Formats: sequence, C-alpha cells, structure tokens
Amino acid sequence: MLGLLWLIPALPAAGFVALVLGGRRLSRRVAAMVGAGSVGLAALVTLLVAASFIASPPPGDAYRQVLWTWFDVAGLKPQIAFYLDAMSLIFILVITFVGFLIHLYSTEHMEREEGFTRFFIYMDLFVASMLVLVLADNLLLLYVGWEGVGLCSYLLISFWQKDVQNVYAGRKAFIITRVGDTALIVGLFLLFTQLHTLEIQPLMASATANWPVGSGFAVAAAALLLGGAVGKSAQLPLQTWLPDAMAGPSPVSALIHAATMVTAGVYLIARTNVLYELAPDVRLAVAIIGTATLLYAGLSALAQHDIKRVLAYSTISQVGYMFLALGVSGWDAAVFHFMTHAFFKALLFLGAGVIIESLADEHDIFKMGGLRHRLPAVFWTFVIGAAALAALPFVTDGFYSKDLIIATSLGSVDGSIWLYLGALAGAFITALYAFRLVFIVFFGEQQTPVTRLPRRREKLPLYVLGALSVVGGLVWMPGWLGGFHPLESFLDTALPSTELTGSAFAEGAGSALLTIVIVLVGIEIAYLLWLRWRTATARFAARPTPRAIQTFWLHGWGFDWLYERVFVLPAKWFARVARGDLIEPAVGGIAWLHLRGWRALSATQNGLLRTYLTAAGVGVVIVLAFVVLR
Amino acid sequence: MANVPYSYGLLLAAVLFGIGFAGLLVRRNLIVVLACIEIMLNAAGLAFVVAGARWGRPDGQVMFLFVLAMAAAEVAVGLAIAIRFRQTLGSLDVDDADEMKG
Amino acid sequence: MSILFFIAAAVAVIATLFVVTRADLVHALLYLVVSLFAVAVVFYTLGAPFVAALEVIVYAGAIMMLFLFAVMLLNVRADAPLRVPRRAWLGPLVLVAVLLAELIYALTLSGSSLRGVEVGPQQVGASLFGPYVLGVELASMLLLAALVGARHVAGQPDDGAGRPRDGAGAARDAGEGEAEA
Repeated sequence: MLGLLWLIPALPAAGFVALVLGGRRLSRRVAAMVGAGSVGLAALVTLLVAASFIASPPPGDAYRQVLWTWFDVAGLKPQIAFYLDAMSLIFILVITFVGFLIHLYSTEHMEREEGFTRFFIYMDLFVASMLVLVLADNLLLLYVGWEGVGLCSYLLISFWQKDVQNVYAGRKAFIITRVGDTALIVGLFLLFTQLHTLEIQPLMASATANWPVGSGFAVAAAALLLGGAVGKSAQLPLQTWLPDAMAGPSPVSALIHAATMVTAGVYLIARTNVLYELAPDVRLAVAIIGTATLLYAGLSALAQHDIKRVLAYSTISQVGYMFLALGVSGWDAAVFHFMTHAFFKALLFLGAGVIIESLADEHDIFKMGGLRHRLPAVFWTFVIGAAALAALPFVTDGFYSKDLIIATSLGSVDGSIWLYLGALAGAFITALYAFRLVFIVFFGEQQTPVTRLPRRREKLPLYVLGALSVVGGLVWMPGWLGGFHPLESFLDTALPSTELTGSAFAEGAGSALLTIVIVLVGIEIAYLLWLRWRTATARFAARPTPRAIQTFWLHGWGFDWLYERVFVLPAKWFARVARGDLIEPAVGGIAWLHLRGWRALSATQNGLLRTYLTAAGVGVVIVLAFVVLR
Repeated sequence: MANVPYSYGLLLAAVLFGIGFAGLLVRRNLIVVLACIEIMLNAAGLAFVVAGARWGRPDGQVMFLFVLAMAAAEVAVGLAIAIRFRQTLGSLDVDDADEMKG
Repeated sequence: MSILFFIAAAVAVIATLFVVTRADLVHALLYLVVSLFAVAVVFYTLGAPFVAALEVIVYAGAIMMLFLFAVMLLNVRADAPLRVPRRAWLGPLVLVAVLLAELIYALTLSGSSLRGVEVGPQQVGASLFGPYVLGVELASMLLLAALVGARHVAGQPDDGAGRPRDGAGAARDAGEGEAEA
C-alpha cells in the first residue's frame, strides 16, 4: 500500500496534463470531473497510504520511495524521491482532503466563469506542486514544489486577468515571495557546499555531526531558510502580498492562502528542525517574528471592512501562531495548529465566497447584515469557523490547538513570559475581530439583497469542514482534560518533542483557564461593541483619533507605503533610466561629435574672401614664427 | 648714393607690406582690394631692390622688373574680373560673393 | 642723400596709409600714385635709377591708369561708398602688428650698411640679356596671356560689358556673349 505514495502527487499532475491537452474540447462537466476528481482520487489514495502507515508503521517510522535520479553533476545527485513520515502524512491528508472539498466547491462556484478549465488546470498544478513540496526527500525537490506553488499562486491570484489590478496583485505576491525564495536558494547553496548533500535526513545528521550549536554556518543556514519561510508564509516583514492576494477567487484564497501554501514555511522549518536546534538565536527570532506578526495582523484585521481582507490578516496572524510554536520548539503543536487552521480557515473562506456571490460581488461587510435568516447554512458554518478561529473553549478544534501553543509559549524551555503575554493578547484580539465579523455580516439590518443562494456542491464542503472544525481537536486533548493525544504520539515519531520546564501553571489547567477567560471576554466585548451598542461604536470610531488609528491599521501599519517609497519607486526610476539604453548615448555620441565637428568646420567656409585671407595671414604668421624663432 | 643701413630699407618694405595686408583684410571694395595687392607687390619688389643694392648687383633690379611685369598682368586680369563682378553681382562689395560656402 | 631716403620713406608710408583708409575710391587711387612716386625716389636713393624710372613709368603710369580707367568704366563714384566700421580694423591690425614684429625681428639680425654704389641701367640691361634672358621671354609670354585673358574675361564690346545693369540680366547676356565668341 505504501508503494502507492507516488500516485498522490501524480494524480493531480495527470489531471493538470489532461486538462492542458484536452481542455478546449472538454465540456464543463468533464473538465470539472477531471480537475476535481483527480484530487479526489489522490485523497482516496492518501487514505489508503495513511491506513497502511498507521496500521503497520515502516521501520524507522519513515517510508522512502525513490522514483529515479534527477541528475548527477559534480557531487550533486538529487533524486526524485518521496519521504513519508508522520508529519508529511498529516500534511498530505490535509492537502488532499481539504483540497478536494475546495475543488468540489469550485465546480459550482466557478461555474459561470469563462476561465473554468484554466482554473482547474492551475489548481491541479498547485495541488501537485504542494504535494511534491511536502513529500520531497531532498531540499532541491522541495524547492521545485516551492517554486511550483509560487507560480500557481501568481497565476491564480491574477486569474481574472482582464482587470489589471488583479494582475498587479499577483505580480506583487510573486515579487515579494521571490525575495524569500532567493534567501532560500542561497541557504540551499550554503548547505550543499558545506555538507555536500541536500537529502533531508542525511543533511540533518551531517549538520548535527559537523556543526556545533550556535556555529556560524548553522545560524546562517537557518536564517536563510527562515527568510524563505517568511516570504512564503507572509510573516513580517514580507507579509504585504497576502491581503492583496484576495483579488483571486475565493476557492483560491481558501486553498492557497489559508490552508496550504502559506503553511509551506511552517513545513520547511519543521522539516529542518535540526538546523534550528543548532541555532537557538534564529529559533528565538522565529518565535519573535511569529508573535509580532500575530499581534500586528490581529490589530490590522480589526480595522478591515473587506470580508476577505479580514480573513487574510487573520491567516497571517494564525500562521504567526504556528511560527511562535516553532520558535519555542513546539514542533508538534505547530503541525496541530496547521491542521485545525486549515479546517476552519478554509471553511471561513468558502463561506465568504458564498456570501460574496449571493450579494452580487459585494465585499464590504458594512454593506452586508442580517444574513443569518437568508443564508442559514452559511451562517451556522461560518459561526463554527469563527468560533474555531477565536478558540471558543472545548467545542472547537481551534481552542485545543491554540491553547496548546499558548501554553507551550510559556512552558517550553525556550518560552518566555513575553511570548506568552503576546500570544494571550493575540487570542483576545482574534476573538474580537472574528466575532466582529460575525455580528456585522450576519446580524443587524440587511443592507444588500440576496440574489443567489448556494447549492449542494457549495454547501457540502461547508458542512464537512464545519464538522471537522468541531471534532478535529479531539485528537490531542490537553493533560488536564484526560490527556487523549494520539496525534502527539504519532507526530513524535517524526518530530522531536518539546522540552518543558515543568511549570505546573503552564502545563496544567492554570494557563488554559486564563486563555478561556480571555477568549470569552473577547467574544462578549465583540458582542457588545458590534451588536448591542453598534451605533455608539460607530460614533466613537468616527472621532479623529480612533479614525486615525483605524486607518493606520487598515493599511497594514503603512508597510505598503514604506515599501513603495523604499523599493518600488527607485526600481521604477532605474528601469526608466535603463530603458534609455545606457550604451546608446556612447554610440550616438560619436555621431553627435562628428556632426558638431562638421558644422564647426563647415562654418569656416563662409564664402567670404576676407575670411580666407585672414586665415592665410594667420598661417603665414605662425610659419614665420617657427622660422624666426628657431 | 645714400649711406643707409639696408635693414631700414627692408623695414620700409615690411611696413608697406603690412599696411597693404591690413587694408586687404579690411576693405570691401574690390578695386581697393586690388590696389592693396599692388601695394604688397610693390613692397616685395622694394625688398628685392634693397637686397640687390646691398650687394651692388643688378639681380635685385631684374627681380623687380619681373615682379612689375607680373603685377601688370595681374592687374589687367583682375580689373577684367572686377568688371564681370560688377555685371553679375551688381556691386563691388567683396562680401557679396559668398556663394561658395557651407 | 640719406635724408632724402627717410623723407621719401615717410611719404610712402603715409600715402599708403591714406590709400587704405580713404572711403572715396579715386582719392585712394591717387594716394597710391603718390606712394609709388615716393618709392621711386627711394629707389633712386638706393642707387637703382633704372627701376626708379620703371616704377614711375610702368607702375604709377600704366598700372594706375588701368585702375582709373576701370573705375571710369564701372562708374563706381555713382555708388555709395562702402563704409567700414572702426571696429573692423582691430583684428587685422593685431595680425599685421604680429607679422611686422616677426619681420622686424628677422630683418634686424644683421645691420651692415649699403655699399653705396650705383647700379646703372647698363648693368641691368646686360644682366637681362645675359643670365636672365629666359625670364624676359617668360615675362613677355605672361603679358600676352594676360592681355588675351583680360580681353576674354571682360567680354565682347557689343554685349554691353561694363555698363551697370541688374546682376541676373547681365549674367545671362554676358554668358550668351561668351558662348557666341
């Protein structure tokens, strides 16, 4: 059964090829079946592989399948090989299942779009690339997947390419992640030249053997890989592309910019965790970046009024939580949060997509309202998603994973009180903006009429993801609730377990209680501000200082403005200058010189006799001077 | 004969030549230009004669004769040209004949 | 005798200056005649009576008469005299000053005096028919060429050459005249 591993990325890839070759001639139904079906089949195969893996784990808790050798040049001999362990298994399960649900949703949601087949071509390519990324046995193949998902992200963000703003958004995403990608490839260069291999498992072993803790190479390599992760996962300071990426269709936002691609950075760091163990400073940087980002994005989300941008900043914030977990060596916890986040964030995005469609492409939440009666299915599932996002205690999976991270930020030996407080504050802010969204969109007066209702293939994924958002957390219950954590045990076969300080508060119910209180308070305040006292809040928000703060948060704290001034405008200026072809004037200068010389000489031929005589006289004087003075 | 250092004679020739040359550069009337040429030729001839007198030989005077003959020929043709000039250009301004320019 | 030389030299220089600066054409030509006379006197004082005579007869006589006849023919005096602005003298004066400086420097390198002998026409004539006879022949051919050339350049007598007329018409007529000849 494990031998079917290669089929998992191959099936969506085959779907991609089939649609590319036959796309024009296929009807919508067939194209949808190929596009979504290939991912569905991959999900099925994943199930089989997972069942086999769990039932009878292979030796070393890892399975390696080599397909062929890619090339063999000067000591670099990467193979097309897949590596399956507990972590990559969780990832492929999420990618294929959530991916399939989103594809299913898209067959209905994108039905009336004119680029229907093109959409599924890009989506299938994306799923294939993402699977290659997480299954890659060596860093070079991982990079191939990394680039593939970057390409598909660009293609899908600018999917509605007739509107140039969408294309700009895609271009911005590509360029900013490119910055991270460059850091990543330099990191790969460093790793290869120092350790002479790019296969992940031997690489980790070699690093441990050759590099002492805190050595320069380890720090450099870890930092460079972190650079790549920061770009792909939209963390500070490379986070400005994700809110603009909402220009793409909602299924794209759900799949790429919520559930999977943005977590590629998390996967990369978790995969190369050995490097981060060898570079504690970089690991601390990861945690700090995560905490800073989650607070920054949370506050920004609080000020947005485009429904998808709220969710985009929310994604940045939640990935920040994952980075925080990684930074305090909570490797398993990060993967757990990835899983739960994939469920509820995809759910929220798909729900948002339905809402936008139903209101004839209305994105502004302040033009929505009162939708809970007209769109009940969406309402209930969206509430579940928001609750999971806010980490509503006990009944949502978000609670278990987020609480785990918060606890670990204090309880781990790498944790600190500051990280803990930051995480707690983030939880409060998350609850605030999540339920602000719910109350403004679904409650109150209906401002825009509903013109379209969702149908079966759109509602089914919502139900499934809603169910998963509830029960998904039960695979890892905290110690003080019974300690049923098969997921942790499973992940421990692949990732190192977190070293804890043994603080009773952190590990016990104490910190959890604090989290619960904060979340509930946050939800209550959201209810008060945006439901009960809505008009008072609006009036308060219109005052100069709150308005200024809100505008500041709305525009992402001025990062776009800063990057525009520092990078974009100089680059554009330079491009304009360079367009003038710097070599050209040098060549043209010769011609210009000749022309001027000709004109000057030509001017001496003015046809006047006396001028010529003067010239002759001057000549005589000069020659005589030579003769006389010799 | 006069007991003059012959450098004075040459000096006189040089001065006359200079005056003639200056006039040549400044004056615009074609006839005056021809006259200035005559002045310069005369000065050159003077130099020859002075040189001949220095050595007491007739060669200087002979040269002057040839210069004279040449000057006469040149004046004849030059004045004929001046007549033509006046016919085609309507004036005797040397600066009017500037078609060979550029 | 020496004093005569200096007086004649002064007259020559002054007269030449006037030639160059007079606006009236005929006045300028007459001053030129004076200058030539003065140079003839200088020749005499240098002991070259033959060329002194020649200077007067040929130069001041024939050549200047040619000038004056041409002036008569062209009826130049009826035109407005061409004015030269004072500024225009500056450049040429500078140039000539430099030229003079060079010449003076070169000429004063040696300062021996004249022999003080007279070289009379007899010697000149003997020299002309002796070593320089070829030059004489060439000079005569030159004069013949000038004669013919001047006749042709000036045009046929019946095509109205010399009468002032419009430039274009004159050119056409003169050209036709030449073609016929």
